[in-house]
This record gives sequence, C-alpha cells and structure tokens, in this order.
Amino acid sequence: MMRFLLPLAVFVVLVIFLGVGLTLNPRQVPSPLIDKPAPAFHLQQLYDSSKTLSSEDNLGKVWMLNVWASWCVACRDEHPVLVELSKLGIVPIYGLNYKDQRDTAMQWLKQYGNPYETSIVDADGKVGINYGVYGVPETYVIDKQGIIRYKHIGPVTVESLKDKILPLIQELKS
Amino acid sequence: MMKQRIWMKVGASLKRCLMVIILSFVAFQGYANEAVPVAEDPELENRLNNLAENLRCLVCQNETLAASRADFANDMRREIREQMKMNKSDEEIVDFLVDRYGDFILFNPPFKPTTWLLWLGPFTLLLGGGLALIFYLRRRRIRIKESEVPLTASQRLQAESLIKEMDKD
Repeated sequence: MMRFLLPLAVFVVLVIFLGVGLTLNPRQVPSPLIDKPAPAFHLQQLYDSSKTLSSEDNLGKVWMLNVWASWCVACRDEHPVLVELSKLGIVPIYGLNYKDQRDTAMQWLKQYGNPYETSIVDADGKVGINYGVYGVPETYVIDKQGIIRYKHIGPVTVESLKDKILPLIQELKS
Repeated sequence: MMKQRIWMKVGASLKRCLMVIILSFVAFQGYANEAVPVAEDPELENRLNNLAENLRCLVCQNETLAASRADFANDMRREIREQMKMNKSDEEIVDFLVDRYGDFILFNPPFKPTTWLLWLGPFTLLLGGGLALIFYLRRRRIRIKESEVPLTASQRLQAESLIKEMDKD
C-alpha cells in the first residue's frame, strides 16, 4: 500500500504547486511597498502649474493614487470605472500623470472625463520609480497615516473594486 | 537525358546555396565592427552594463535591464547612471531598486525564507528521487535473492541432460 501512496502523495503535492504557479499572473509583481509609508512627492498640478501637491497634503484621509497617461491604452479601459467611482464620492482619487505631455493629458481628460480631485505631473517618471511603477495603469490605496495598503497593477475593474478595493477602503476609513 | 536534367537541378540548387552563404558573409561584414560606446564616460557605462546584466526588466520579464529597449529599461538605466554619477556604490543602487520593485528585479534572488523553496526545491526533489531509487534497488536485490531457490539433485540432472542433448545438435 505504502508503495503507491507515497509517490502518489508526492505527485499530488507537485501538481498543486505547479497548478498554483500556472494560475499566478507573472505580470503582477508583488510590491515591496505594501504597508510601507508612501514615498514623498512634491509635484506641480496638471491644470495649474503654479500649484503643487505633496504627499503630506493627504495625511488624515484615505485616498487613491492612480498612475495614468494619455498614451496608455489600458488606461482608457479603466477610465470609465474611475469616473463612476468618483461620482460615488467614497474615496478621493488623485492622478499621477506619468511621463506625459501636459496639453495632450488635459485634452484626454476633457474627452474621457476627469475623475481626479487633482492630477499631478510626473513628467520624467522619477516619482513613478519611487512608487515602483513599471506598467501603467497602477493604482495605490493609501491610508490616513500615509501608508500604502494596496497596489493594483493594470486596469481597475468593477470586480476588483467590489472584491478588494472598496471593502479595504471601508475598513481603513473606520 | 533524365540524369542530365537532375544534375542540372542539383547544380542550380548548389549554386543557390553557395550564393546564400557568400551573401550572408557579405551581410555580416556590416556588423563585424564593435559598437562604439556613445556615452561620454565609457567606464561608467561599462559599470552600468555589468550591473544591469543582473537586473530584470519588469516589462519584458526575461530580458535584462542591459539588453532591453523597453521604456522602463531606459528609465532604469538613466536612474542607475545618475546614481552612479552621485558616487553611489553598486550595492546601494541595487538596494534602491529592490526597495521599490522587490526581489523580482534581481536575476539572482537572495537566499531567505520566502525563497528557500526556490533555491532548495530542485535539490530536495533530486535527493528524494535518489533515495527512492536506492531504496527500490536495494529491496529489489533482496527480493531476487529470496526468490532464488537452489535446484534439487533431480532438477540438476535433468538440466544437464538437456544441455548435453543441445550440444549434440
């Protein structure tokens, strides 16, 4: 009996490991920044370059930082979702306009709607590097203490909002 | 007649082969020169390349930061170059990147609890397989020995007579 049980057990364990490996998305690299303070920034605002926004300005509230660009095709997919989310007024969304041209970015928002409290300009992508951005769009949930609690890589979908992001925001707000 | 035609065909395809070979040599001459470093500081560029050889481009995940032409890799190389100019050591730069992008950016991940399975898994499998093989072979040998029953005297006589008969033929 043992003769068959042991190899079978080893085989099953291997299959489970390989199966889990197959279902993981290699594009979703876990961020080491989760549960760490959000990297500081001090950037010009998109619509008014004389105004700036820094990371400390948002201390005390739960907020989302959405990295977007007008050249980013996947951003267009998630944009309607963000626009709808902003209408609900649950969480303020801030945009990090990543390696973009100011006028095309503004044109893009005019065309597709502007879900952002404000967008800030990261023209050379320096702040993006500090946040570990490697594929736009990326979205961060940051808590009242300025700690990154969640990072969503790729377009935000209705499902990801329902299953993960909104429950987390409710929890962080209370 | 038939033979001649076949030979002509063979000759033509041989000619074509030769042409391809000659042309490929001609074509490669264009690449034969070593690329001239475009950077103003070849030493720094050298150091950058050595470092970037061991770092993963997160966009095209099987390419190194040194080889990739992705935008991400360009940005990373620029960042590394700037940090090198600020006299940061290679370790400091790698730490900077790992803090932001995680161990996944290293092609040579560090040995720590979360990577134990990665580093030791293959050896564990090999060891387990080897042990299983040894156990199996040892048991098999014992089993074979046990099943070996010595011949009785009459069986031996019978076998000998059979062999003799065969030899006669």
